[in-house]
Amino acid sequence: MGVGASMLSRIPVFGSPIDAQVALERIDPVLKKRMADVALNAARSKGATYTDVRIGRYLNQFVITREDKVQNVVNTQSYGMGIRVVANGCWGFAALDKLDNDSIAKAAGIAVAIAKENARIQSEPVILAPQKGYGEVSWKAPIERNAFEVPIKEKTDLLLAVNAAAMKNGANYISSNMFLVNEQKYFASSDGSYIDQDIHRIWPTFTITKIDPKTGKFANRNALSAPRGMGYEYLIPRETDKIKGAPTTLYRDRYDMLEDATVGAVQVGQKMAAKSVEAGKYDLILDPSHLWLTIHESVGHPTELDRVLGYEANYAGTSFLTLDKWKSGKFNFGSKNVNIVADKLQPGSLGAVGYDDEGVKCGQWDLIKDGILVNYQTIRDQAHILGLNASQGCCYADNWSDVQFQRMPNVSLQPGKAPLVPADMIKNVEKGIYIIGDSSFSIDQQRYNFQFSGQLYYEIKDGKIVGMLNDVAYQANTQEFWNSCAAVADKSDYRLGGSFFDGKGQPGQVSAVSHGSSTAHFKGVNVINTARKI
Amino acid sequence: MAILSENEARSLMQRALNFSKADECAIGLNGSESGNIRYARNSVSTSGNIDQISMSISSAFGKRLGITTVNEFDDASLEKAVRDAEELAHLAPENPEYMPMMGPQEFGPPSKTFEQSTADITPKQRTDLVAASLQVAKENKLTAAGFLQNTTGFSSVLNSRGLFAYTKFSDINFSATLKTEDGKGSGYATRDYEALADMDTLKFTKIAAQKATGSNGAKALEPGKYTVILEPAAGVVLLENLYGSLDQRSADEGRSFLSKKDGGTKLGEKIVDERVTIYSDPRHPLLPTFTWNGDGQPQIKRTWIEKGVVKTLSCSRYWAAKKGTEPVPFPGGVIMEGGTQTLAELIKGTEKGILVTRLWYIREVDPQTLLYTGLTRDGTFYIENGEIKFPIKNFRFNESPVIMLNNLDALGIPERTVSAESNSSAIIPPMRIRDFTFSSLSDAV
Repeated sequence: MGVGASMLSRIPVFGSPIDAQVALERIDPVLKKRMADVALNAARSKGATYTDVRIGRYLNQFVITREDKVQNVVNTQSYGMGIRVVANGCWGFAALDKLDNDSIAKAAGIAVAIAKENARIQSEPVILAPQKGYGEVSWKAPIERNAFEVPIKEKTDLLLAVNAAAMKNGANYISSNMFLVNEQKYFASSDGSYIDQDIHRIWPTFTITKIDPKTGKFANRNALSAPRGMGYEYLIPRETDKIKGAPTTLYRDRYDMLEDATVGAVQVGQKMAAKSVEAGKYDLILDPSHLWLTIHESVGHPTELDRVLGYEANYAGTSFLTLDKWKSGKFNFGSKNVNIVADKLQPGSLGAVGYDDEGVKCGQWDLIKDGILVNYQTIRDQAHILGLNASQGCCYADNWSDVQFQRMPNVSLQPGKAPLVPADMIKNVEKGIYIIGDSSFSIDQQRYNFQFSGQLYYEIKDGKIVGMLNDVAYQANTQEFWNSCAAVADKSDYRLGGSFFDGKGQPGQVSAVSHGSSTAHFKGVNVINTARKI
Repeated sequence: MAILSENEARSLMQRALNFSKADECAIGLNGSESGNIRYARNSVSTSGNIDQISMSISSAFGKRLGITTVNEFDDASLEKAVRDAEELAHLAPENPEYMPMMGPQEFGPPSKTFEQSTADITPKQRTDLVAASLQVAKENKLTAAGFLQNTTGFSSVLNSRGLFAYTKFSDINFSATLKTEDGKGSGYATRDYEALADMDTLKFTKIAAQKATGSNGAKALEPGKYTVILEPAAGVVLLENLYGSLDQRSADEGRSFLSKKDGGTKLGEKIVDERVTIYSDPRHPLLPTFTWNGDGQPQIKRTWIEKGVVKTLSCSRYWAAKKGTEPVPFPGGVIMEGGTQTLAELIKGTEKGILVTRLWYIREVDPQTLLYTGLTRDGTFYIENGEIKFPIKNFRFNESPVIMLNNLDALGIPERTVSAESNSSAIIPPMRIRDFTFSSLSDAV
């Protein structure tokens, strides 16, 4: 569907609360292999022709503060097993959190029974792309400092300092949070793979609110951080990771939360005083802290093959990027400046893993090449549709209790090859808006029509920034928008944005995914004014 | 194992509580058994069975709280989990907003949240229900995608001050999208009930099929302001953002659509048309919900908006204590009163307008005015002189439910519906609204 809406109202309950120390204990792969073999053997004996087993331990920590208070520190753990089988040519799945041998074998039997029962209403038997077994292998995210090992006090001290800085600089309210994730995933399959992986994610963020009691107006400014596939090192500021010179400091692979909150508290006041935008056509200069979400919704989702084929028709929707457009080899998704790559390996990204959730080694491939649609995102039971003899490794489940399915890899706009920085880009704009940060977002079920807002809007007139704007949203058709891409800044400006909460599937699942880009220039986009009176 | 009786749950929680040495301790115990089938392209795609039970232990020393969990229930595991929670509480920072746990509460008569027929569903019954839906697609030469899920579970809580609550529940949820073979028509239906007998997948899929066939060959209308009729499944996704924002604290803090300049809130003021009355009732026969909320506060019948006037705002225990008012938990199920007209009668009484059967991808644009954007989907139709004339292409809208309910023209007979955005159920009438703002066209079907 798309990234989750109101962040705080939709914190996903991945699991149940646990002691912080318990989070540091690990489960022996030998034990996991033994449990997996019980499931593999039981499923085979019941008639499964293929089985995979995921034993997952999903750890989360939420540190939640507002103003001068620590409101909550929650550690959660979810531990259990998901067993997926093919029997009579049909998928079956069962999940359990009681991991004794009898319960595992019983669940494997239920998965096979469900597959056999459902086979009678199946018209397209499962065809799996071949996958060799890797034996016993492992993969670890290349983090520098495990955020779960950082004392709670260090985290709450940082967040309270962030809050104090915002309040000192004019905020009326601030809520700041830190979300940490550690997925300890074990995968085993009847192909002969036993894969142990350790994945880490971090997302520090805040919302600053300012109120004008005389008018009753209020405004918010959210953090310009990105959720990342990193350890606590993301929160150790580094001057070389700051991009200065823009109207506000922007961050690459290290985030200075204190600085962003200090500046943000001033900016929220400026936002309230900014003039309301006049609706019309504008050139848009979109910063990566904003553009990631437009890439996610208008490129990431429509290139998901399951959507193209109709598997998401009842919920997230389908896609305008139908197979005939891909087969033609000529479908101009965007201008020649538009090169978009799918990637499951990029260090520090949310989607980086060694192997996906059906045991396929991950890689990188082009989706849009020089503006032309060239590929999709696939998993094992879809690869044959594209004539591929292997999956692209896009299978993921957000928990042991949910069945894995096709999820988006990192999907990123490649930087321009010619030297170009945003300041030079702005010089070429007569009438435009420079948008930083993400906010409201909505797109139709086939990914044609979208509307996005941002955190900060700067008016550009005759090549110069002349002030801030308010009440801005832009609407466009996906293909027209990407064909209006006049330039992409060079790699010195490249940064990752992303989401922890990309929602899809029934029952609903979330996944975390990054989208990289440099600042990009889009010509003549329709901007609406969102001010209303109630 | 996953579904414990009231006595079994209480006894297990008491065993854990007996190990507590904290100032206060609360035990929560939840279990569920769930099965689902997902289908697309007229064939089953994925399916599953999930069985889980978990206990949470919340231990507090003063205003320091530690929470842990366990899903093994021998004495040694329980004692370790309680000790872990207590250790975490000692390490936790003090939360100035921590509220002492509540003592025993009266929850009144139970609500009919559980139906044995749903608990007894077999994989074969589930497959048969989906087969019925697929049959409709086949007979009408349409392509179906859908989802059916049944869940049975229980929730319970016991604390050291004597609070005890237990509720068993069941749920069956169904949705289907049918498309014409050329992909130019699409229709949708969704329902959510407690009892298996209510879930007529054949009947509901026929509704989706009718919309799919009827929406084929849509024409484009110019974006602009139109009179619309919102079917309940379309109305609920906007209304839930109105009643979901009836919060005392954010209004008091000046950052809500209910905040007034120079302080104060719109509590007690008329904010929408006087025909709008919204209430919650955990024992409503058509929408039974829990008689207690997550921290053990009783849920009672409450009126939130009466004849257009804001009567009640939800309020946390902390904020209520600070303001010297009563805490008000957010409701479990919401009911909006309506009129006596059927949907067909509403259409008949419309000179020119648009019938919207579903709204989708709803996102907040401005919290100050509760402005939301989103799109029509799966069947949108032009009405003229009381008749549906032709299907129309989908629109993007930018509209506030507050403005919308001030532009109310007529209400129909309320019916139970479920939000495809939040999965929450509500009872909502079809609504005829003047000057609903469509801002652009979408090519999506």
